[in-house]
Amino acid sequence: MLELFHDYGAYWMCFLILTIGLYGMLVKKNYIKKVIGMTIFQAAIILFFIIAGYKEFATVPVRDPGLSTENVDAYINPLPHALMLTAIVVGVATVGVALSLLIRVYARYGTLDEDALEDKMQ
Amino acid sequence: MIAQHLPILVVLTFFAGALLMPLAGLLHRRAPWMVAVCTCFTATLAAVYALLHVAAEGTVRYAMGGWRPPIGIELVADPLSTFVAVVLGLLSLIVMVHSREPVEREIEGEPITYYASAMLLLGGLSGIVMTGDLFNLYVFLEISSLASYALLGCGSARASVSAFRYLMLGTLGASFYLIGVGFMFVDTGSLNMADVTAIFAETGLTPLTTLAVIFILVGMGIKMALLPLHQWLPDAYTYAPATSTALIAPIGTKVAAYVLIRLLYEVFPAEAIRHLHLLDVIAALGAVGIIWGSVMALPQKNIKRMLAYSSVAQIGYIALGIGLGTTYGFIGAILHILNHACMKGCLFMVTANLEARGKGIRIDGLTAELRREMPVTAACFTIAAISMIGLPPTAGFFSKWYLLLGSYEEGRWIYIAVILISSLLNAVYFFRIIERMYLGGGEEAPAQAPSPRGTALLIGPVLALGLSLIALGVGNLLIVNYFILPMLPFAP
Amino acid sequence: MNPSLSQESILPLVAVLVSLAAVPAILLSGRRPNLREFWTFAAAVAKFACVLALVPGALRGETAGITLLPIAPGVSFSLSADPLGVFFALVASSLWIVTTVYSIGYMRGNGEKRQTRYFAAFALSLASTIGIAFADNLLTFLVFYEVLTLATYPLVVHKETPAAIRAGRMYLAYALTAGLLFLAASGWLYARTGSLDFAAGGIIESGMFTGGEMKVLFMLFLAGVGVKSGIMPLHSWLPAAMVAPTPVSALLHAVAVVKSGAFGVLRVTGFVFGPDTMVDYGLDTILAVFAGTTIILASMIALRQDNLKKRLAFSTVGHLSYIVLGAAIISPAALTGSMLHLSAHAFMKITLFFCAGAIYVHTHKTEISQLNGLGRSMPWTFGAFTIGSLGLAGIPPLNGFVSKWWLCVGSLETGREWALAIFLLSGVLNAGYFFPIVIRAFFFAPPTPVRGDEHVHHPHGEASAWMVAPLCTTALLAVVFGLFPNFPFPFFELAEHVVEAVMQAAPTAILPELPSIVP
Repeated sequence: MLELFHDYGAYWMCFLILTIGLYGMLVKKNYIKKVIGMTIFQAAIILFFIIAGYKEFATVPVRDPGLSTENVDAYINPLPHALMLTAIVVGVATVGVALSLLIRVYARYGTLDEDALEDKMQ
Repeated sequence: MIAQHLPILVVLTFFAGALLMPLAGLLHRRAPWMVAVCTCFTATLAAVYALLHVAAEGTVRYAMGGWRPPIGIELVADPLSTFVAVVLGLLSLIVMVHSREPVEREIEGEPITYYASAMLLLGGLSGIVMTGDLFNLYVFLEISSLASYALLGCGSARASVSAFRYLMLGTLGASFYLIGVGFMFVDTGSLNMADVTAIFAETGLTPLTTLAVIFILVGMGIKMALLPLHQWLPDAYTYAPATSTALIAPIGTKVAAYVLIRLLYEVFPAEAIRHLHLLDVIAALGAVGIIWGSVMALPQKNIKRMLAYSSVAQIGYIALGIGLGTTYGFIGAILHILNHACMKGCLFMVTANLEARGKGIRIDGLTAELRREMPVTAACFTIAAISMIGLPPTAGFFSKWYLLLGSYEEGRWIYIAVILISSLLNAVYFFRIIERMYLGGGEEAPAQAPSPRGTALLIGPVLALGLSLIALGVGNLLIVNYFILPMLPFAP
Repeated sequence: MNPSLSQESILPLVAVLVSLAAVPAILLSGRRPNLREFWTFAAAVAKFACVLALVPGALRGETAGITLLPIAPGVSFSLSADPLGVFFALVASSLWIVTTVYSIGYMRGNGEKRQTRYFAAFALSLASTIGIAFADNLLTFLVFYEVLTLATYPLVVHKETPAAIRAGRMYLAYALTAGLLFLAASGWLYARTGSLDFAAGGIIESGMFTGGEMKVLFMLFLAGVGVKSGIMPLHSWLPAAMVAPTPVSALLHAVAVVKSGAFGVLRVTGFVFGPDTMVDYGLDTILAVFAGTTIILASMIALRQDNLKKRLAFSTVGHLSYIVLGAAIISPAALTGSMLHLSAHAFMKITLFFCAGAIYVHTHKTEISQLNGLGRSMPWTFGAFTIGSLGLAGIPPLNGFVSKWWLCVGSLETGREWALAIFLLSGVLNAGYFFPIVIRAFFFAPPTPVRGDEHVHHPHGEASAWMVAPLCTTALLAVVFGLFPNFPFPFFELAEHVVEAVMQAAPTAILPELPSIVP
């Protein structure tokens, strides 16, 4: 049972960060905090992919003249990193759109608190 | 020669349109609209050509940048994807033609950014439809989602609030999808859909794959507004500008339904689906959504909100068709994607027309003046309403016919009852509006001068979609035989 | 495709399309009433001509039809003019001509508004009625059935008063539900058997469904056609729909809509289930119970109505169930009686409704208690009313007697004396609620004018000729059909063909047939 935690410790970290982010997104009332939660949530996913691509005793996927390219176990998998670069960009863009929307909301209603907004919108 | 590039053409056209938009904006105020219409027209041509070509010659696979799959990203034009692409293109063309007046009226500032976002949205959606790579799908999904948040959020500040809530849920959904893809990547080592299918066929089910399937389904369910993940839809559609709703409502959720079909029927291992009774779950959720959406639409005082809840119900039909897992159910789902796109497009454009004429969108505000002042719009609303209720010979009747047959095949009496009851509920809330539009007014009045604000552009698209509903109904077997049956080889 | 299609002919399609094509013409000539009425009249005559042209072929036993296009896997949208269809189409199209004449008189006499919508909806309703008559399979039937509901809705809510709108909602609620149940039943039938065609003698064979399933399927179909044919307890929409203008009540709610329902019952029992299946699974008993109860209850409720149109409405409910009960008694004679009653009741009831409308337009009187002595100032109107009443009560030599005769023969033949009792009792009740009206009109003194009543309009004489001529025509035809069942329309011969096809037995008569002057 303990091996489950020991061997996959990194994934459990990742899951913890995900939960924190999810908590922020869903439970927090302030919209900015929701955005922060969303960022944390997306960071957790990115971490998950990176961790999944990790190999013990492997080096960065830059061709090392000392190692032959036949030896794939010497390099970590570059694909998740490439994918996650895309995901990071997507995350940034999402935060940008979210904040732009919030600027509009704040300009009109003067508050970013969910309950206060509910009252003002009625 | 052009045939081998077909999958990329539709996607590229929309992105090219988005890029050209700022240049056009420099030239003339109306130019962005014209560029948008031309882009949609070209893309529709490409999609129709692709549909016909694929129907004749078979699937076309395209490797982006020449990098061969499974390492490279692949775009696939097969009967299913080209069909959805054509629906996308046609709806976008009609809505874009209609959009000039509503956009000028509702969107403050230059229309360049609005149309550019619309083109990005359509590019993203067509990318989702055409792609054969799981991660590429995520990228296009996010492109289209971000564009839709922007489109739904402009207009009033209330719209921004609903768009923000949609953003939260939508990002959640897309991220779940990404987690699922990650799990599948860990399990299979590949991101290419065809490749993953082959690998699953050999290796079978693992707990990780099961988890992946669940995550992906929840993610796509949020995007598709499948109950109980539909919370974002009513607010987002109600407060958004008219054209945004008219553009997104008919096709946004349908593309998510397409993804569901693609993954459930092609990519996911059949074992996982059987083990988790996924099809039954989706059909059940669809059935609940049908009833819930219809019931919630009844007390609404705002037409757009009523139509939004009605959309939830219609997505339920598609989910029901997907979940039935039989040939008839599948045909019903695909046909309903087409039919509902036309019906909802017509209905939301009618609401845009109502707003353009200053009638407002409150149901109590409708009077029998409407049948005199906006006769074509009122008539098209009636046709679309009849189709939503499911009366022959309109298109809506036939998709329900197939769904009924599919339910009989599986012996699911409860779904039959659900379909019938929802038709009656639809009749209640649509006839309420039809009554207000046609009854209680005065004598026939002499013809009035048409409104000076581009009336033909407002009426023409609505009329086109209204008439198409009858044509689609009568000709439904043509569509089924030529375009839908070839999709079947990969359905269980 | 119906295998019994003997020849391709475009006539059934033309018959349907003729009035469909008239709809835009009517809508566009709203500004010129005479042109608009001309379109309606032309369409009615053309439709009738098409139907007449199909009669000789039907009499020879041929079925002229056309398959238009497949609209669902294995099912086509196809029309065929078989004897039963031609029978119903003859009734509907001939009566449309007289109703058009009558409508002109009524609408102009009453100064009704929205006449364009009225005439256009009428044309569409008749197009769908003929479509129902000529439908070759359940799906085509359903399409036209639903279009009929939609086309008649504007006619029911014509006056746009709150009562009319309520009646319209009730009508839609009942009719749309019925359509959905019919759809469910058709879907089930198709899913199980792969065919939806109408075939004389039925397409459902024993063994296709279990006993319980067969009963449920039958009940679904029955509910589907039962609403329009006024089988209790699905009849409530009919009295409520009497708020519509009288021509609407006359043609639609005495002929087109309700006879479509009764026609549907005949199709379902004879051409979908078939006599054998009906008897084997006890479906005929179910049908007979509903029909018999309806006849008696409706006649009793009619006795208590003071509003003339409501009394006629309940009488219609009762008489429709004559047709249904005749179908439930699985015998050649009863089926003949059923069909003959379909046409007989149509002609007689339309006469009665025409009279009610003429009375309303001319004197604004709607209640029976107000009709004292009117017979003296409106002799033609009330004369026709008398003829219609006699016929409905089953008095010879009217056509109502002929159809009732065959129904009673059928009951006796199959040993169903209770059905005979119902028919006879209903005849007495009919007399009970119609004859007092006639007696009031002719033998009671008109109400003496009260002081202060001078502003009340006391008209003299008949209503306009536009209204009186049609009602006299239909009354006269009722008499003629009673004396000569095959002149001028070969109703009896067509009925014979249908019965032969459905039952593989010819109607036998205890008395010799009445003479026909048609060679």
